[in-house]
Amino acid sequence: MATAITQPDAQPIERENYLNKHYGVWSWLLTTDHKRIALLYLMSITFFFFIGGFFALLIRLELLTPTGDLVQADTYNKLFTQHGQVMVFFFLIPSIPAVLGNFLVPMMVGAKDLAFPRINLLSWYLYIIGGIMMLHCMLTGGVDTGWTFYVPFSTAFSNTKVIEAGLAIFVVGFSSILTGLNFIVTIHRMRAPGMTWGRLPLFIWAHYATSVIQILGTPVIAITLVLVVAERALHLGIFDPKLGGDPLLFQHLFWFYSHPAVYIMILPSMGVVTEIIACFSRKRIFGYHFVALSSIAIAVFGFLVWAHHMFVAGISIYAALVFSILSYAVAVPSAVKVFNWTATLYKGSIHYDAPMLYAFGFLGLFTIGGLTGLFLACLGVDMHVHDTYFVIAHFHYIMVGGAVMGYLGGMHFWWPKISGKLYPEGWARLAALIVFIGFNLTFFPQFLLGYMGMPRRYFQYPAEFQVLNVLSTAGATVLGVGYLLPMIYFLWSMRYGKPAPDNPWNAAGLEWKTASPPPTFNFDEEPVVTWEAYNYDELDSEHKQEVPVVG
Amino acid sequence: MSDSTVAVQGETHNPALLHHFATEEQQRNASSFGMWIFLGTEVMFFGGLFCAYLIYRGWYFGDFAAASKSINAALGGTNTAVLICSSLTVVLAIWAAQTSRRALMLAMLVLTMLFGLAFLGIKGIEYRDKFVEHHVPGPSFSFEHEEIPSHPGEYANPRHAEIFFALYFIMTGLHALHMVVGLGIFSWLLWAAWKGRFTPEYHTPLEIGGLYWHFVDIVWIYLFPLLYLIDRHR
Amino acid sequence: MAEHTASEHPKSPLTTYFSVWIALLFGTGLTYYAAKLDLGVFNAAVALIIATTKALLVALFFMHLKGAHEKLLKLVVISTIFFLFILLVLSMVDYGTRTWS
Repeated sequence: MATAITQPDAQPIERENYLNKHYGVWSWLLTTDHKRIALLYLMSITFFFFIGGFFALLIRLELLTPTGDLVQADTYNKLFTQHGQVMVFFFLIPSIPAVLGNFLVPMMVGAKDLAFPRINLLSWYLYIIGGIMMLHCMLTGGVDTGWTFYVPFSTAFSNTKVIEAGLAIFVVGFSSILTGLNFIVTIHRMRAPGMTWGRLPLFIWAHYATSVIQILGTPVIAITLVLVVAERALHLGIFDPKLGGDPLLFQHLFWFYSHPAVYIMILPSMGVVTEIIACFSRKRIFGYHFVALSSIAIAVFGFLVWAHHMFVAGISIYAALVFSILSYAVAVPSAVKVFNWTATLYKGSIHYDAPMLYAFGFLGLFTIGGLTGLFLACLGVDMHVHDTYFVIAHFHYIMVGGAVMGYLGGMHFWWPKISGKLYPEGWARLAALIVFIGFNLTFFPQFLLGYMGMPRRYFQYPAEFQVLNVLSTAGATVLGVGYLLPMIYFLWSMRYGKPAPDNPWNAAGLEWKTASPPPTFNFDEEPVVTWEAYNYDELDSEHKQEVPVVG
Repeated sequence: MSDSTVAVQGETHNPALLHHFATEEQQRNASSFGMWIFLGTEVMFFGGLFCAYLIYRGWYFGDFAAASKSINAALGGTNTAVLICSSLTVVLAIWAAQTSRRALMLAMLVLTMLFGLAFLGIKGIEYRDKFVEHHVPGPSFSFEHEEIPSHPGEYANPRHAEIFFALYFIMTGLHALHMVVGLGIFSWLLWAAWKGRFTPEYHTPLEIGGLYWHFVDIVWIYLFPLLYLIDRHR
Repeated sequence: MAEHTASEHPKSPLTTYFSVWIALLFGTGLTYYAAKLDLGVFNAAVALIIATTKALLVALFFMHLKGAHEKLLKLVVISTIFFLFILLVLSMVDYGTRTWS
């Protein structure tokens, strides 16, 4: 067994952990260990992230000039469609839940594994099957309907591979449902003794809320895609106005899932940020119960607002009024979170480590994204900016500035636990800075472009928009570098990084009370919880002698 | 109980207790809770279809009624009864497992599957009728000169009737697909029951499979009046 | 409540099962014949009430929702139905008011 260890500067005795317990491809492909499945997901979603990023790069390159010189309209339509589909369904939705959530949920509640380990593995295989279908679809012609599959274009007119893309997303949707189901059962049924609901980390509350959306929202898009596929294949008339159908019905069903899906992306990220802010300001979270319940409130309100995507599509103005008011309501629980994070930071002893830099980035960018969302919820303003780059900028501030920032922050925060190695802190801070600058340079100009009236989804534009578009493309390049850096130094650290102590951040939470990397069943003995979450005051007074606080 | 894994488990006697659960009760509760949540996703899955149905039934009531009238309600009613009987045999099978009546359990499982097959057979007859009458949506669809029940002398719009039939085939088709999956699950349960896996203490798979079967029954309980019995009194 | 259901266990549930079964068959017949009566706008309502009653019977007695030791399962059912209603009702807010103006 010892001969299989490939480390050059191997420590004398390596503790047995989930990484070195078994070797070989099959020990990974047939594993039911939630931590290994998390790593399988990590590799898969990273792969799709770079595919989606590649499409984004091509889009930005094309938009460098006002005319279509890199690609023409047909190709451009496929580029933005597949950028959206890959990023939404194959990266953002699984990102934090399937990687960090998979890894951490059982550990944070003090369980040996998720409730249904084999279903967890099945969920990864469904993801892979969906992913292969999507790749096949892209390589054999692609699809050009926009990620939204709007009918009747997708069912009656587009001559691209709508059916295959629809089925790929159908399959990957079930992977998401199974993840959510596993989390809910685990959080309800597998908590360690003493781990009451009021002691759960807010990461868990966030994942609970996310899972509710996954299990109740995802089936609706699944059936919607079934209808689209059936209509396209058999020429039914359910969505076709020519045959008596209503295209708006498609939009209702589609957004019933796809609006809450935004909260599938952002809620876990909020959970990550909560953990990071508490740890690096060494304080209890201000208003624990409000933050916990605001996650649930976001999940519920998220289902009440979907038609704000359809204000100009021809829905009844009375319905538009109702949905506009309801959309404002979502801002309340989101604001509760932002204010509570800010209050937690107040008079905290703040450490500017890389995860915290990402959390700060999240705070600012999410606030901008959220507030511009209110502009869009406002009927009058939406008429003006609907389907412009203003919308693009808004949701990228939420999904990239919010969700991806949180994802990267979480990856840095828990990397020592996941890999057992420390990443290079200097590089990580630099990368956080580059991502923040690159992001704002990419997307802030798009607010201006949108407000000036540049519509989304066109491969060419009037020459007066060029300066801002060049800025945006330049930003995208910087952002790309910012995303490549962590991948490089994470990989580097797996081989050359310093071994991580069990609790490098002196953080609260059960996951830090076990080894880094953890043993296969997470804890050597079943933990019993007798403390509240985020007891940093107690932790710091305990450790005052051992770990001097570095200024 | 003849599994070789018994020895590995040490003090716990049940080979079906998985390593990450502390007690059998925890495992059982987790399983049934998981199944209920899954059924929740199924409700939403069919919910999208019910939403579509509701809208078009409101818009095209007369056409829907005419189309609904062309389906054989007697066959649909029989199928409802068949499914209800199968639900009874499922609970009886579980009860037999709880009270160590092996022969009864096996008989009830077989009976459940026979009812399931009967349902699919009757469904097949119904589909064949629709096929013969050119009521299957698609190029050869035809629904000309069919009277609207509430407005004698007026003909239903074939396009709108086609939407009804599209929904009819998708809804009953997905339901039938769930029946097929259910038959698969019950084949496995029958095999496991034959092998003697289920005892009064441990029969969680039977309960989980039963939950699924009952749910499929409930879906049909709604599908029957909604699809077969629109405006039947004229 | 929990103790009550626990003490109920030894009693044979067969009577319940068969009565529910009879009730469900009766309900099926009732649906069929109620559809033949002219109840005006209430035909659909009657059909849905009967169907919901039947569904409740199946859920409560066959799926053992009634004797469930935990309220959790009821919570799952209620919240699922709640979200289904959100889908249907909020869609109808659009479809019901489109012709107002």
